[in-house]
Amino acid sequence: MADTKVEQMSVNVVKEPSMMTGAIPRKDWMDIPVTFKPGNYCYPAKKSIVEYLDKGLPGLFGEPREWTVESDDWKLPENWVEIILQGMRERLDKFRSFKVFMDICVRCGACADKCHFFLGTGDPKNMPVLRAELLRSIYRGNFTKAGKILGSIARGREMTFEVLKEWFMYFYQCTECRRCSVFCPYGIDTAEITMMARELLHLVGVGTNWILEPAANSNRTGNHLGLQPHTFKQNAEFLLDDIEEVTGVKLNSLTFNRKGAEVLFVIPSADVFAEPGIFTFMGYLLIFEHIGLDYTISTYSSEGGNFGSFTNNELMKKLNGKMYAEAKRLGVKWILGGECGHMWRVVHQYMETMNGPPDNLEVPVSPITGTVFENAAAAKMVHISEFTADLIMHNKLKIDKSRNDHRIVTFHDSCNPSRGMGMLEEPRYILQNVCNNFYEMPENTIREQTFCCGSGTGLNTGEIMDLRMRGGLPRANAVKHVEDKHGVNMLSCICAIDRATLLALMEYWNPNVGVCGISELVGNALIMDGEKERDQDLRFEELLGAGQAGESGNNEEGE
Amino acid sequence: MKHAFLAVIALIVIAWLGSLVGLDYLFGVIFPYVAFAIFLGGFIYRVANWAKSPVPFRIPTTSGQGKSLDWVKQDKLDCPVTFWQTVGRMLLEVFAFRSLFKNTKAEMHDGPKLVYGSSKWLWLFGLAFHYCFLIIVVRHLRLFLNPVPAFIGKIEFFDGLFQIGVPVLYQTDLIFVGAVTFLFLRRVLVPQVRYISFAADYFPLFLIFAIAATGILMRYFIRVDIVSIKQLTVGLATFSPAISGDIGSLFYIHIFLVSALLAYFPFSKLMHLGGVFLSPTRNLANNNRMVRHVNPWNDPNIKPHSYADYEDEFRQFMADADIPLEKELPPEPEPEPEPEAEETEKPAEPAAEEASGETPAEKE
Repeated sequence: MADTKVEQMSVNVVKEPSMMTGAIPRKDWMDIPVTFKPGNYCYPAKKSIVEYLDKGLPGLFGEPREWTVESDDWKLPENWVEIILQGMRERLDKFRSFKVFMDICVRCGACADKCHFFLGTGDPKNMPVLRAELLRSIYRGNFTKAGKILGSIARGREMTFEVLKEWFMYFYQCTECRRCSVFCPYGIDTAEITMMARELLHLVGVGTNWILEPAANSNRTGNHLGLQPHTFKQNAEFLLDDIEEVTGVKLNSLTFNRKGAEVLFVIPSADVFAEPGIFTFMGYLLIFEHIGLDYTISTYSSEGGNFGSFTNNELMKKLNGKMYAEAKRLGVKWILGGECGHMWRVVHQYMETMNGPPDNLEVPVSPITGTVFENAAAAKMVHISEFTADLIMHNKLKIDKSRNDHRIVTFHDSCNPSRGMGMLEEPRYILQNVCNNFYEMPENTIREQTFCCGSGTGLNTGEIMDLRMRGGLPRANAVKHVEDKHGVNMLSCICAIDRATLLALMEYWNPNVGVCGISELVGNALIMDGEKERDQDLRFEELLGAGQAGESGNNEEGE
Repeated sequence: MKHAFLAVIALIVIAWLGSLVGLDYLFGVIFPYVAFAIFLGGFIYRVANWAKSPVPFRIPTTSGQGKSLDWVKQDKLDCPVTFWQTVGRMLLEVFAFRSLFKNTKAEMHDGPKLVYGSSKWLWLFGLAFHYCFLIIVVRHLRLFLNPVPAFIGKIEFFDGLFQIGVPVLYQTDLIFVGAVTFLFLRRVLVPQVRYISFAADYFPLFLIFAIAATGILMRYFIRVDIVSIKQLTVGLATFSPAISGDIGSLFYIHIFLVSALLAYFPFSKLMHLGGVFLSPTRNLANNNRMVRHVNPWNDPNIKPHSYADYEDEFRQFMADADIPLEKELPPEPEPEPEPEAEETEKPAEPAAEEASGETPAEKE
């Protein structure tokens, strides 16, 4: 939990001198040095982890070494400035986005108060425009005439250790959520800029352990948690017992690495590991059993999430490549993906380009409804919310909405599905069909304007709790609004990082609100063949009016 | 701000001195030609330079419901999926500043309570500024074309619809000065914006304000020899420039400032005019899963950690857990039961506990 008590934090964010409370720094931002102290930085990557990653992708993660962030000696390579500048030059030639975004910002400031980290910290360097200027100033100083000649008048500067520290601080206070990009009149996307900065930081061996170790785990064991195949399977199967206990139904459809299945199902691995993700996982399995889907889960490709995407495009590609490789090996027809945010950013916007589907995959067709998923015609991968919404639309799910009556639900649009995919309605449609109490948060905090959980892109680590609670404040505050107004007690989402981070965020700011995946609520509401009388939900919590909710009275969608 | 202000003052003084010592031809002909050449060449160079870098990934910022199931209503303009929908999004962005229209203002209140209010002033004045600028530039075509096309007369008529004063007051002049003033005051008075602003932000504002001011002075207050001006400007347009008569310093200051703006344009943030068309988060369709997007530098050598290596490392465990295998286990009597488990590349301590990064209480 965060170091600062919530009562104190509530006062701090309103009263402490910051740009959000009306205090303006007297010094120019270039003259304000970065000070690392416990709680405001992520721990650096372990030597062994970097060594491992370097074997797969030589040169991209810098010199493996032990180093400490608070020290003034990061044990950087002698020519680290040259490496950074050369890296920038290469990326300016490889990414039009980077080049254009370096050049065209007019500093209108529309993005300034759109960032959750700025709203929570009031730190001027968390204004997206200034975050970009941290990099842009080096670009100007080294790659533009004006910056080279006029120097600081043209806001150009040299690459120094102080700048490197600044980058490490502030490009790890950006969760690549893209909210600022929605408001930018030129579409400048800070996510792109942060991605570039992180690629450059990794080149000189400046990376965080909470990103690189999960990435290494994903590469080796298939999932970021480092669960080995047998453990992964055991964890998943353990949940079958819980399902049986709650529903009285023993599921038979869960298989692992089974060749010839129609569908490969890829989940964020946390869904078999920790609450509340495991309840979401139980929901998935109930849906599949209910409709008789011929699917399998792979232990080799047991991670949908892509920690490589928080480092560089090469590792993103390497980790993502497992999905298609496994789909090919198993001979499935198409891939179904679970509820995960940045996984879907990668799947939707990068996967087809990076790895291309193998020949055996076909345009996804729902075997239950016959719906052809034309929107996935090339990539051959369908989102579970698309799949479930289609099932509900075709009345293929027997649903008892009242089983979620003990939940007063709101929905958190995860950054990546909303701003990197355009998935807004499907989860809402599902929610409206599986629960009776669903309330939206205020319009400036949902859909394409949704606020990040505050801990995405590998910031979900314990050592920066205060920062995370600040970054998550805008989201928590919107939840508080509907909690006060409608009595909301459940924050639903379609992202595994959310399920971990919103849990901590709610415990801190809104302790009466729980967190769940959408599929958990579907699982609660599903009327399974041969089930016992359901008086508990998937969390073994009592249903409202348990024992009275009969099939006939509440079955909305049954055939 | 200081540097930018002094720079504009210096430009004015230079032009004024130039006209005093009779460098009419330099300021009236040579500088405008050179500036225009720099503008054209520079603009093309910059756009071509951007275009030279590929767009490796299709990364539109989706700001509405994407195309998915048939019955889910797609937001065609905020989340376009076809070429023409994307054109629609771009047109709205370029001509109506749609993204800026969404602007909000966040305030922190006791509680803490964050409140988001609508904030459309920047959009309004930004739009006014750009459109007035456009109309004023078009009106100026009168000086370069002979005979004057009819549409310019129409624009002038509507621009002076209220028939105030002699010569008729153009509304765009008024709005333009008001908008530039707003943009400047906003930059100075809004603390967040002031903090991020520097010379490159103030200089164009001062320069444009000075251009507008000298233009307005010439039209409404200090009359200049309009016949001679037209002779010069038409001459410029037809590549037969000639200066006759004494046009007056004010004109030379005006045209020199315009020349400065043109020459400065390609190397400044004003290039957002060209850049907005090349912004990959706006000008791409959200059809990533439907249609292949090719990355010209895609590296086919980056391959995932192979399944074969994975199974080699975990074969024994997988067999014990009844997970199907590609290759059989090695024969039993081998001295080491899991011979391959240790020798493969492997990060030290891939501990699940640590990796999850949460305190134990937050886990199951």
